[in-house]
Order: sequence, then structure tokens, then C-alpha cells
Amino acid sequence: MSEPVYAVEDLVIDLYTPSVSVRAVDRVSFAINAGETLAVVGESGSGKTVMTLGPLGLMPEGVTIDLRGSARAAGKDLVKMSPKKLSSLRGGQFGVIFQDPMSALNPMLKIGPQLAEQARRFAGLSPAAARAAAVSLLARTGIPDPEDRYDRYPHELSGGMLQRAMIALALAARPRVLIADEPTTALDATVQAQILALLRQIQNEDGIAVALITHDIGAVSVLADRVIVLYAGRIAEEGSAIDVLTSPVHPYTRGLLASVPDFRSDTASGTREIPGLPPDQTRVLPGCRFADRCPQAEASCRTKRPVLTCVGGNEVPHRAACPIVIRDEGLADND
Amino acid sequence: MTDSDASDPRPRDKAANSGPAIEVEGLKVHFRTSAGLVRAVDGVDLAVQNGAFHGIVGESGCGKTTLARAIVGLQSATAGHVRILGRDRADWQRANRKGFARSVQFIFQDPLGSMSRRQSVLQTLEEPLRIHGIGNAAARRRKVGELLDLVSLPASVLDRLPRSLSGGQRQRVSIARALALDPRVLLCDEPLSALDVSVRAQIVNLFARLQDQLGLTIVIVAHDLAIVREVCSAVTVMYLGRVAEEGAARPFFADPTHPYSQALLSAVPSPDPRVEATRVPVLLEGDPPSPLNPPAGCRFSTRCPVVIEACRVTEPQLRAVQHGGRSACHLADTSGHPIL
Ligand SMILES: Nc1ncnc2c1ncn2[C@@H]1O[C@H](COP(=O)(O)OP(=O)(O)OP(=O)(O)O)[C@@H](O)[C@H]1O
Ligand SMILES: Nc1ncnc2c1ncn2[C@@H]1O[C@H](COP(=O)(O)OP(=O)(O)OP(=O)(O)O)[C@@H](O)[C@H]1O
Ligand SMILES: [Mg+2]
Ligand SMILES: [Mg+2]
Repeated sequence: MSEPVYAVEDLVIDLYTPSVSVRAVDRVSFAINAGETLAVVGESGSGKTVMTLGPLGLMPEGVTIDLRGSARAAGKDLVKMSPKKLSSLRGGQFGVIFQDPMSALNPMLKIGPQLAEQARRFAGLSPAAARAAAVSLLARTGIPDPEDRYDRYPHELSGGMLQRAMIALALAARPRVLIADEPTTALDATVQAQILALLRQIQNEDGIAVALITHDIGAVSVLADRVIVLYAGRIAEEGSAIDVLTSPVHPYTRGLLASVPDFRSDTASGTREIPGLPPDQTRVLPGCRFADRCPQAEASCRTKRPVLTCVGGNEVPHRAACPIVIRDEGLADND
Repeated sequence: MTDSDASDPRPRDKAANSGPAIEVEGLKVHFRTSAGLVRAVDGVDLAVQNGAFHGIVGESGCGKTTLARAIVGLQSATAGHVRILGRDRADWQRANRKGFARSVQFIFQDPLGSMSRRQSVLQTLEEPLRIHGIGNAAARRRKVGELLDLVSLPASVLDRLPRSLSGGQRQRVSIARALALDPRVLLCDEPLSALDVSVRAQIVNLFARLQDQLGLTIVIVAHDLAIVREVCSAVTVMYLGRVAEEGAARPFFADPTHPYSQALLSAVPSPDPRVEATRVPVLLEGDPPSPLNPPAGCRFSTRCPVVIEACRVTEPQLRAVQHGGRSACHLADTSGHPIL
């Protein structure tokens, strides 16, 4: 396999604000290859956004961040890079669809020129070509009247149009890696289908790598090749989309998938909760972080940190961090 | 575990029929822009029953947010009337703005935009209580604690600023704030979109409980049709500023009659990649039309796979269809409807 376009190893991220410190990411490793889609799913607050954007230096204002481990892209180590170098590497290599559209778009500037500026700066287009590229991106994301919307301010667009403008913005610089943080939450099902098809098409044409952070398991099942399930800053399970979504092993993954509503089935799974609260990440305790909510927890779960262990998978190893299920169901895969 | 199965009659059958909590008549909201008049909401009639859990769905940009904002008076209407809990909404707000705010609350699509950057979660949640002079400091603190519990947030978030919360945590803060004053009517614009499925289940169960125990009327604008199908008692489907179809949730989802509704439902992906690999959704051809210049006749006629000549000439009105609700399609009535 070719060298991954974005790879993170043994990443630890602590966040400090004046009042608290949080271990948001706790020894996580992942890699994304050109042309593939890696989905990151998991509980709200589990660290999905911080894990993918933290190494790129994209953290909210007012936070001090302590980042350890390694993160590599374009043959360079991002952790040791100066903020200025990091910012220029990011502009050329990474496109980011932010979870909150308003944080990426400047509310004082018209939509179109913001896109054109990206295309001009990072894809090296002339002003006229950049304008044409911006209009065509708006059109490709299914925004009606792209010529007219070019001259609109963000507040004049609906939530879903803003989200699509942001997708257009992230693609304007023709990135190698697209980080899509909840890219379709504000979109209706038909537009979502269209956007997912567009992402796949761009992926086929340009071979870009996509990190898809989402709560929408439907979107994962449409687009993802591989899946990482994050719980409280750690990887609970990972593997091919088929393996993880159809034969989950970790009790958290199983609970998560059991609460996914299936539009075409008559079980009311969308009202099924995982009891309990996620752990307090201001304190790092030994043991499995899901133990307090886990129906299968044993005494050892609270003292020993579970390691990711292979439970199968063909080309893509399927791994889970739960020795209990692996033992009880005889899942250990030793070849 | 608040586990419930398909036979759980709770939310749907609870829609008490003691008259509408919200009545919207001939509502229009037009925006004047340099390119012309944007007809964001263009003649909407809507009745939300008392105690209902009413879902509003439809294409992105079809006017759902504008409609919801106009209902609560955050957006002025070009034409039409809104009555809430039997009173003219505009009169009510003029006569008693605070009283209105206690009864009717709105949750914004963009939680960050609706919170002050400098206020901690504690201040954000306490503010409505203070403004409305509810309880003393200790009682307010207690109430804030209860609100956090309701939305499953730990007390450790209290002294944090909105920016430092994850997307889903923020959304729950805005839900907690809307519930602070124990409103009777709650309108929420995409309140669940940033939540993971388990937290989302907690919130919809919370909504269902509030509706059940307190008779709260809830209107929810949502793109997640699977959740709307599971929890809502009634549904309105919008297309380009108009209502395309409406009805009780269960019969509507079993047999939608408007071709747009059918295309929308067919686009919902399956959570199983094996099913997804073989499923063929109905794809809509053509570009979505512009609210600057809506098509003549039926607004869906430019993309409708079963369009007939009449559709391009006469705008269909809502009329009764087989599922017991109403649909704005020339080809749908109580004797039958198109199937894509
Ligand atoms: N600026 C910050 N200051 C302090 N803690 C923060 C900050 N930003 C995020 N966190 C914390 O870091 C953890 C991980 O947050 P992150 O935003 O990565 O979660 P997430 O998995 O993306 O959640 P969501 O699905 O809700 O977006 C959370 O506990 C969050 O509260
Ligand atoms: N202030 C404004 N000025 C001009 N046009 C506007 C304004 N606000 C909304 N619009 C337009 O009105 C239409 C309806 O927007 P609205 O936000 O109500 O859609 P929506 O159904 O909520 O969409 P979404 O699902 O994407 O949130 C869109 O075409 C939008 O561009
Ligand atoms: Mg996030
Ligand atoms: Mg909206």
C-alpha cells in the first residue's frame, strides 16, 4: 500500500482552559490513504474533531493545547512544524469542512469571493478562473442560482446552503485530504445523497482522501471504506465499514448501532439510549473508559486499559478494545 | 433503560385533539434582494394540534427556518396570520412580550450564533430565569442543575464558554435554555443534528416525556426522517415555500402520496452498507428551482418524474388523500396517487 497522506501515531491531546484540563485524545493512531474514506464515529465529545483537526493546528481560540505523538502529512512531521509553515501546508494539502459553517465563512464578506480567494491562493488560479471555479463549485453542490448566490452574504443563505458553500470552500483549494466534520447534518435526504455522490466523484477523479466525521451511520454506510469508533478519546473499535457496522464487537459500538434508527424497519431503535453518562475526561483513570456504562464490565475492566486486538477482517484488520467480549465469544484472531 | 419498541403508542397517539396550539394562515415571507424578491415562504397554512409532536421536513432552502422564525415573530411576515394557544401572536407579543416568551420558546438551528460568546454555560442557563424573576439565586442554581440533568450534561460544563464545548454539547445547552422557563410550546430548528444517536435518543425521549407529562406542544424542523418517523405524531412536507403534503406521521410514512415526498423518503440511506450497496433510490433530475422565480403551476413540476401538462399550468391545492392527510398534487386524491 502507498504511503498514507495523513497519519497520526500515539496521539495524546490535552486541552487546557483557565478552569479545566481535559484529556481529549488518549493514545490514538490512524492513517488515511489516497482515494479512501475513513469514517470517524462516536459519542458527542469523544474527541472526533480534536483528534483530526488538532494536529493541523486548528483549535478553537482560547484553548491551550498540549499535543504529543506524531502526525505526518506530505512527508513532514506536523507536530514539530512552526504555526506559519503548518498553516501554509494545511492550505495546500487539507480542505476542511467545519462542523459549524459560520466559523469558516466570514459573515462580513460575500460567499463567492471567499471561495474564489481560496481557489486563487491555493489552487493557483487567475482571478477570472477562480471566479468561474467558485460558481461551478456552488453549482456542483446543488445550490440554486449559483451566479446570484455568489454575491450573497452568509446570513442570506439557508443552513443547508451554508453547509454546501462550506463544502465548496473546502474543495476550492483542490486538497489532497478532505476533512469533513459533519458535512451533511443540515441537508435534506435528497441533497445529502447528492453531496455524498459528489464527494465520491471527486474522490474518483482526484484520488483525494476523505476523513468523514459523522453521527449519521447512513452516510457512513454510503461512503466509508473504513471506520474508527471513538469513545472518550480512545479507539474502541476499527475495521472495514462492513465489519464494524455489521459485526460490531465492542459493547460501546454495539450500543451505538442499536440506537441508530433504521428508516425502513419498524423497531423504534431511535429512542434506545445507552444508559449513563460519558466519563469525566478531566480525570484519567486506569481501565476501560466505558466500564461504568458497560453491561458486560468485570472487575478487571476498571483496572487494566484494554488494548486493540485483532478479531478478524480481510485486507483491513478488524480490531476491538474489549478483552471480555473477545474472550467470551472466542473472537481472538491470531493469524 | 428507556427502551421502547414499535408497539409503544406514546408519542403518536398522544396528539390530543383539543384544538390547534398553532394556526398559520396564508403566511408569506418575502425578502427583497438586489436580484429580486426571494419568496422564502409563499402561502403556507399549517395547524399544529395541542400536545402534538409535529415534524416539518423538506428540501434544504425550502423555507422551514423562515417559517419557524415567522411563527414566533423573529421574522416579520409579508402576509398572513399566526395564532398561538388561541391568541393572535402579534397582539400577544405587543401586549406582553415576557409572558409570550414564557409560553413559547425557540431553539435555533445554529446554537453558537444564539449564545453570547462571553457567557459561561451557567450564565446562559440562568439568564432567562433572572430576566423573568424566577426564584432566588439558590433556587435558580438548583434549576440550572436540573436542566443539565435533563439534557445529560455534567456539571463540569457550567463554567465553560460555548466555544469550548463540542458541537453536541452546545446543542444541548441551547435545548436546556429553551426549557428553563417551562414553555407550553417549543419550536426547534434542527435540534438533534449535532447529537450522536444515543444522546439524540435521550433528547427525543425527553421531548416525548415533556409532551406526555406536561402537554407540551413541540414543532421540530428536522432532516433526519428516521427520527421524525419514530417520534412525531404529525408531519408537514415543504417544497419551495409551500406545503407539499401533510398528515398523521404513521399513515403518511406508510404511504406518501406526493412525488416529492416519495423521492425524499427514498433518498434516506440505510445504516447497513450491504443494503446500501444494492438499493436504488429515486434520483431527482434537474436543478432545484429558485425562490426568486418559482416555476409556474406546481413548484415541483420541473423535477417531477410523473409530470403531466396540467402541472405546468395550474398550481395544485392541498386536498384530501388516502392516508387521511392532504397533498398538493394533481394526481393524488382519495382514490389514488402516483408511485415512483
Ligand atoms: N476549547 C476547548 N476547551 C476545553 N475543552 C474542549 C475544547 N474543545 C473541545 N473540548 C473538549 O474536548 C473533548 C473532545 O471534543 P471534540 O470537539 O473533539 O468532540 P467531538 O467528538 O467532535 O464531539 P461532537 O460530536 O459533539 O462534535 C470534549 O470533551 C470537549 O468538551
Ligand atoms: N435574510 C435573507 N435574505 C435573503 N434571502 C434569505 C434570507 N433568509 C433566507 N433567505 C432565503 O430564503 C430561502 C429559505 O431559507 P430558509 O433558511 O428558511 O430555508 P430552510 O428550509 O430552513 O433550509 P435549510 O434546511 O437549509 O436550513 C432560501 O432561498 C434562502 O436563501
Ligand atoms: Mg465535533
Ligand atoms: Mg433552516
